[in-house]
Amino acid sequence: MTKQVHLAAHFPGVNNTTVWSDPAAGSHIEFGSFVRFAEAAERGKFDFLFLAEGLRLREQNGAIYDLDVVGRPDTFTVLAALAAVTEHLGLAGTINSTFNEPYEVARQFASLDHLSGGRAAWNVVTSWDAFTGENFRRGGFLAQDQRYERARTFLQTVTELLDSWRGDEVVADQQSGVFLADPDAGRFAHSDAHFDIAGRFDVPRSPQGRPVVFQAGDSEEGREFAASAADAIFSRHGTKEAGQAFYTDVKGRLEKYGRRREDLLILPAATFVIGDTDAEAAELAAEVRKQQVSGQTALRKLEEVWNRDLSGYDPDGPLPEVDPLVGEHTVAKGRASVRMNRDPLAVARDWREQAEAKGLSIRELMIEVSSRQNFIGSAATVAEQIDDLVQSDASDGFILVPHLTPGGLDPFVDAVVPLLQERGVYRTEYPGTTLRDNLGLPPLGAPA
Amino acid sequence: MSTHLHLAVALDGAGWHPAAWREPGARPTELLTPRYWVDLVQEAERGLLDLVTIEDGLSLQSTDRSGPDGRTDQVRGRLDAVQVAARVAPLTRSIGLVPTAVVTHTEPFHLSKAIATLDYVSTGRAGVRVKVSGSPAEAAHFGRRTLPELGSLDPADPQTQAALRELFDEAADWVEVLRRLWDSWEDDAEIRDVATGRFVDREKLHYIDFEGRSFSVKGPSITPRPPQGQPVVAALAHQAIPFELVGRSADLGFVTPADRADAGRVVGEVRAAQQAAGRAGETVHVWGDLVVFLDDDAATARARRERLDETAGAAYTSDALVFTGTPAELADLLTDWAAAGLTGYRLRPAALPHDLRQVTTGLVPELQRRGLFRTAYEADTLRGLLGLPRPANRYATV
Ligand SMILES: Cc1cc2nc3c(=O)[nH]c(=O)nc-3n(C[C@H](O)[C@H](O)[C@H](O)COP(=O)(O)O)c2cc1C
Repeated sequence: MTKQVHLAAHFPGVNNTTVWSDPAAGSHIEFGSFVRFAEAAERGKFDFLFLAEGLRLREQNGAIYDLDVVGRPDTFTVLAALAAVTEHLGLAGTINSTFNEPYEVARQFASLDHLSGGRAAWNVVTSWDAFTGENFRRGGFLAQDQRYERARTFLQTVTELLDSWRGDEVVADQQSGVFLADPDAGRFAHSDAHFDIAGRFDVPRSPQGRPVVFQAGDSEEGREFAASAADAIFSRHGTKEAGQAFYTDVKGRLEKYGRRREDLLILPAATFVIGDTDAEAAELAAEVRKQQVSGQTALRKLEEVWNRDLSGYDPDGPLPEVDPLVGEHTVAKGRASVRMNRDPLAVARDWREQAEAKGLSIRELMIEVSSRQNFIGSAATVAEQIDDLVQSDASDGFILVPHLTPGGLDPFVDAVVPLLQERGVYRTEYPGTTLRDNLGLPPLGAPA
Repeated sequence: MSTHLHLAVALDGAGWHPAAWREPGARPTELLTPRYWVDLVQEAERGLLDLVTIEDGLSLQSTDRSGPDGRTDQVRGRLDAVQVAARVAPLTRSIGLVPTAVVTHTEPFHLSKAIATLDYVSTGRAGVRVKVSGSPAEAAHFGRRTLPELGSLDPADPQTQAALRELFDEAADWVEVLRRLWDSWEDDAEIRDVATGRFVDREKLHYIDFEGRSFSVKGPSITPRPPQGQPVVAALAHQAIPFELVGRSADLGFVTPADRADAGRVVGEVRAAQQAAGRAGETVHVWGDLVVFLDDDAATARARRERLDETAGAAYTSDALVFTGTPAELADLLTDWAAAGLTGYRLRPAALPHDLRQVTTGLVPELQRRGLFRTAYEADTLRGLLGLPRPANRYATV
């Protein structure tokens, strides 16, 4: 059977792939940018719009990082406002499970689901560090090995809160005067090492029952967490080989949780550059890469692995002779990529080999390793590549990350989407009303 | 100084009377739908009101302040007020949007960016009403602290006063963090300097380094300074300690006088607190809160109130004065109390949408006839409507 491609759109933001210096680049904060971006995604019949999150401004070498886009608006507030100007598009927010509380997050997602008619999704992330914790009154941070323990119990608790309403309690019968069918609606009690809470949850059941749940970490614990509890994974593995390996690995973990392969979608992040011809697209892509990785950006990205101030190095020269400093990372703060980098010495070895073999400078190497676009070509080429990757189980679709705000999605929507539709692998109408419907996920039963 | 009164409505469920949901015009099955809230706020905007507040709390509504009451005959269940305001924002143009936020259990960092973002999505119409929670049931939803049952204690009791003092001091800290975070980006921090490759000028981003008794926050915000610079901070206050919070921290206080003389006394107390906080030179609005039952003739309004009371099985009481009568009679009262120093009013419609429509189509034209209310929106931000200047950034050096 031909698999259907899922597509979603990641609003460009705080990372070096977002090109802010282009004359066509608009605001990353003004609501008009979000509206324009969401409208393009909905025109393209995308499943959802995705917002990342960061809870502290990044720092490098002891100063606020100023080379990339800095700043972002609040997730729930933007998504609730977008619900007013879209009709079908899912609204996916990244919300951290370390610096929030289940009662609050449950009511925020339930509210978003009500206010959007069933289009809410939650990307559960687990950044845990003390650096971020300094912005929170709890001052809280977790030991790294507790991040998924808390995430798991957090998600479990949120689910219990959302399931505390079955969905038939609000009768609001003016004649009989019965507003609630059940005097105990919303009652909950949860107690474990992280949360000891009880009472009555105050948001009745929302259209989807609970938000669609995404997971985005890449570690062994992260994959296990996703296999046990997520509806979709936002992965980093967008190439064929890596995608297939990841797909096989994660889908293989489902059975032990009593879940089927179709219960968990794998959606890698993917960038794209589209031109009239493949050659034109390749030229454009090379330009974009240079904009994404300036000499300064290259040094800063190198520091993320080296864990040393490399300001003195020439980005057009060779890699540093010194090795990365292992141990606690002190140079680049507030970056998920740093948290995910477990073996800097191995990375350095690999990069030295690559640079040597191809004769690359620091900047050239960083362009090579850090900003490869997934899809480069004419619309026909890109449509074919996407179809191929999905049919060969490298993914179930892609979360597209354009390099421009807010118009970056337009070339894809206008040129590639129609070709995917012609191939019969992409919808021409939204099949359902909720995000869960549109993702083809099994409906949730009413809670017991 | 304008002679116009300021006017707001306080939106909550089907209205403030517990039986309001059973009225013929009520839409009790739609209270959790966006359409319901959009309709209400658009109606308030047709009436040229300064702002709407949206009530909220971190627990199920209850007649018992200390916890759930198990009743099934009243509206139960509600949505996050900040999101309701955000959902309405793109579909309105001029009216201020002031959701309630509970300060006792929430993170000021999260709320600061949420209200800043509400200001972006509404292009300068955001405010927040800060609310302290003394409910033990609400505390149990978070499990981080236990609170004494303030509701059951004698308000004059020193222990109650001390507990209240602690909660309100924390609220003042919370607002201070909000305001510092809003200022933590200078207005021109984003420079997009292609020549040097710098997106922001990091000299214009500031750590707030807040250290308080119960929490500390580093900053800067992740959200740039909002359009109004500082969205409007409001608080409801009934007695001395809350009056101090208004005087210290708020741009707008809602108070609940029983009559004109009481209004004068309350305004005096808030002004004294404002002075004591060193803010004598700043505009701090003090608005009277009233629950309103409004109809074209007073007998109808009274009959409606009685009918609602009978349906509810009890006479309605409130912390605020309950007004029953015609829009013209209400206009008389509002004019009279304004002489005691109130600069506006927040009306709590007893039943929605009925009493809201009476405000927009009855009270507003009546006040306009008397030259006491605007005939068009004359500013496009909430601060502008309230006559509040856009504040300078405390961290900016030039
Ligand atoms: C594709 C992708 C996107 C992510 N986006 C975010 C994000 O927006 N905000 C965040 O705090 N962490 C983000 N993360 C980080 C992870 O969610 C997680 O916190 C971190 O990777 C630690 O988990 P791990 O050890 O399982 O990788 C992302 C990770 C991946 C792979």
